[in-house]
Amino acid sequence: MSTALGTDGADGTAEGRTPPVLELRAVTVRFGSVPALSRVSLALRAGEVTCVLGENGSGKSSLVALVSGLLRPAEGELRVDGRPVRFRSPQQARSRGIATVWQDLAIAPLMSVWRNFWLGAEPTRGTWPLRRLDVGRAEEIVSQAMARVGVPGLDPGQPASALQAGERQCLAIARALHFGARVLVVDEPTAPMTIAQRALVLQSVVTARGSGLAVLFVTHNPQYAHLVGDRFLLLGGGRVAGDLTRADVDVDDLTRLVAGGDELTRLGEQLRTAHPDR
Amino acid sequence: MLPVSPERLAPFAPAAHAVPRSAGRRLYDRLLARPSIGALLGVLSVGLFFTLQAPDLLSTGGVASILDIAAPLGIGGVAVALLLVAGQFDLSIGVVAVTTSLVTALLVTETGLGTWPALLLSLVVALLVGAVNGLLVVTTGLPSFLVTLATFLVLQGSSLALAAAIAGSSRVSGLAGAPGWESAVAVFGSTLQLGDGRFRISLVWWLVATALTTWLLWRTRFGNAVFGTGGAPRAARELGVPVQRTTVLLFLGTAAAGWLIGTLGLVRLAGVQVDPALGSEIEFIVVAVIGGCLLTGGYGSTVGASLGALVYAIARAGISLAGWDPRWFQAFLGLMLLVALLANGVVRRRLRAVPRS
Repeated sequence: MSTALGTDGADGTAEGRTPPVLELRAVTVRFGSVPALSRVSLALRAGEVTCVLGENGSGKSSLVALVSGLLRPAEGELRVDGRPVRFRSPQQARSRGIATVWQDLAIAPLMSVWRNFWLGAEPTRGTWPLRRLDVGRAEEIVSQAMARVGVPGLDPGQPASALQAGERQCLAIARALHFGARVLVVDEPTAPMTIAQRALVLQSVVTARGSGLAVLFVTHNPQYAHLVGDRFLLLGGGRVAGDLTRADVDVDDLTRLVAGGDELTRLGEQLRTAHPDR
Repeated sequence: MLPVSPERLAPFAPAAHAVPRSAGRRLYDRLLARPSIGALLGVLSVGLFFTLQAPDLLSTGGVASILDIAAPLGIGGVAVALLLVAGQFDLSIGVVAVTTSLVTALLVTETGLGTWPALLLSLVVALLVGAVNGLLVVTTGLPSFLVTLATFLVLQGSSLALAAAIAGSSRVSGLAGAPGWESAVAVFGSTLQLGDGRFRISLVWWLVATALTTWLLWRTRFGNAVFGTGGAPRAARELGVPVQRTTVLLFLGTAAAGWLIGTLGLVRLAGVQVDPALGSEIEFIVVAVIGGCLLTGGYGSTVGASLGALVYAIARAGISLAGWDPRWFQAFLGLMLLVALLANGVVRRRLRAVPRS
């Protein structure tokens, strides 16, 4: 972790342990009067993967939107390096090194690859009345970033709609890895994925952890979660239903805990009864 | 932004699915990223057609009359093109032109204000209208077509009523002697005689507007925000693009363009005629669509809109020079619009198509 923001967290905490990179303290998010998240607490530490599991409507997307600066907490607070912050836009979260792979990938099909990559945080040169996009540098960095996620030789000037589905995903991941200096948030894409594409998502999570980022991985799938996760946060109805570590659960426990796990177990038993020889 | 070094992360294993594209396919993709290509073809084909019908079109007089028609249309067209790229619509630009020039004229003739202070005040009025349009669209989420239609009706009705109530007729004139008039004419009404063609300074304003908006759209962060706002509003919000601010600024832009068009006309006629002309508001949108803008947003260019204005002007001047009944013009315009819409539809399907993995 060698970033300019590192100075912020130098004071540490009373216990002498460095504070979490990103922390939620009893955060409540409401849409109108309906709470999407109720008193959710969560700590993301450097080099740790926290998986968030839960049904549709359990608050996973709200959690992602909150951490990424798209939603504001009604109660509770967000802390970055132990200091309270209020993000007024995703731009501010990104400038603190928190970047997100959005569920819909957040790609504008009609814009070129490099414009998509930099959207909302474009590199510029020159002073104000003449401040302009630094196209050369932008394209160069995009080419490098795309090559790093396994898409070498891509023309950054082509429209994103000309990309194949896997390449689009690479673009979303490359962008998040570029901007996410401290925290990588991965909301597993809803679009159907091939095994190779899933592997790429998991690979990005592992790579980010390996380089010391705090990772928040939101997924439906307990198997994949257990593969990469250090901690597991189970959400139900906008509340924390369970906060477990890798030592607490194995894959089967986790599958059972996640909604739908019971049905899967029952199905397994039925199959065993139907085919006793297997 | 954080100083992120590109080498911070270890490279992933190269994926197997990186398929190199053929050169032809790449050229096609790159051409699709240039929305003005269609309008350029339009200018060439319509120009060729009318030059064959009326060779006078290419004389200095013909060119001057084409550019004279194209300039105000182009100024409005580029502003509307930006707004269309951001996925919004403005019907009120033509009526803003009439209303603000009426405000200028009434301020000069009725209150004795100097030309420049009056122009400045009417610019403020225009920007207020733009702000109302933009804020209403942004806060209510109503379709901008309806919001600006409402603004259009309000302004149209009140400018007619105000002109009748204050000046006693729908025509206000007699501005020529006002203080500052000479310098206003120099800025907004100069002409240059070349051969048998009279070139007006509105041409310069048009070129400046096109160059400025093109630079804004393709080479600034604001332009990128415009593309994102129209092309993928949700993605733009998720990435922290100031969608609402961008939209309001663009409505201010079309209102300012309306003011400029109105002022150019006011200075040229030394007066203003308020007449209930529906249809001129549509022209700016027609011009932008001929220029390759998609009505669904996210795609278009201001150079294209300017070329669209040129197509319009060539057809208009060409029909009169060829000695045809000028009533054919609207039919011709409708035909061009249809062709442009069909071509844009092809582009949209091509661009929106999600390639299979």
